[in-house]
Amino acid sequence: MENEALLNAQGLVLAGQAIGAGLAMIAGIGPGIGEGYAVGKTIETIGRQPEVKGSVTPTMFIGCAVAETTGIYGLFVAIMLLFANPFLKYLG
Amino acid sequence: MNLEVQGPKRMFSLIGEDGNIIFSISESVVTGWIVILIVLAACLILTRNMQKVPATKRQCAAEYIVKTVNGMIESNMGRECMAYAPYIAAVFTYILLGSLISMIGLRSITSDISVTGTLAVMTFVLITYNKISTQGIGKYLLSFVNPLNIISEVATPVSMALRLFGNIAGGMIITMILYAALGSASAAVYRLIGFQAETYYFNIFQIGIPAVLSIYFDLFSGAIQSYVFIMLTMIYIKMGRE
Repeated sequence: MENEALLNAQGLVLAGQAIGAGLAMIAGIGPGIGEGYAVGKTIETIGRQPEVKGSVTPTMFIGCAVAETTGIYGLFVAIMLLFANPFLKYLG
Repeated sequence: MNLEVQGPKRMFSLIGEDGNIIFSISESVVTGWIVILIVLAACLILTRNMQKVPATKRQCAAEYIVKTVNGMIESNMGRECMAYAPYIAAVFTYILLGSLISMIGLRSITSDISVTGTLAVMTFVLITYNKISTQGIGKYLLSFVNPLNIISEVATPVSMALRLFGNIAGGMIITMILYAALGSASAAVYRLIGFQAETYYFNIFQIGIPAVLSIYFDLFSGAIQSYVFIMLTMIYIKMGRE
């Protein structure tokens, strides 16, 4: 395929999808900070009171999973943009 | 390198006279029935010849599983919710085996959003049933006077479905990308040492290296996410009863 052939409407849509997928994954920052904070606090607690490890660790996993949700939304949008091509059908 | 991620395949389809597909059974349904048959076989084997005092290791294992699930329900939901124990255990086993079945090469059922959406809708129905039966339907409907409550009500099943789907499907896509990258790397190495056969490469780098990622994405992620799903189900049901 020549370079000129890619500079059409379809190429623009594909480029926009790729850029949008990359931007959507910026959502990974928030869960990273949140989960790191949760795990850090858990380790702090276990270090102070090692006997609560059994009850704190499952709670930490639940909290991590809930904190992860927004990142997963971003991942879902990125997957949709990369592999489902939702905007190509508007080209007609 | 040609990387294409696809959804679950159509295994069987019923094609109408005009050539349109009327009805089709996807790969997830077939894999799901394989999982159900595995669980059924395990249940039949574990509960055969039960005695009052356990004499076999099978019965000890079955009693251990039941006791663990009952203890989990009791500590998280309270004694009056023991009727939910079979449902919770069934959902946990289904999600766990459905995620771990990717270890034997099948597509895991939880990387299909229809399956996770169905499980989340089941949880949502249970939550709503518990809310209505404890508060009464009038008070339940009255809580939607504030329209923000509608969003928070709908966000629960959506977030549960997307969390399970996103974790498993994201892991699957990352593993797929790694496979493609390792294939390209081994092709480049073959070309470097002057091996000219373009038709078939034995992808030497694909041995062993993906197993390291598979431990995280298949074993750890699948187990943690199924645990998280049933824990959230229990917590939401308990919150709905209050």
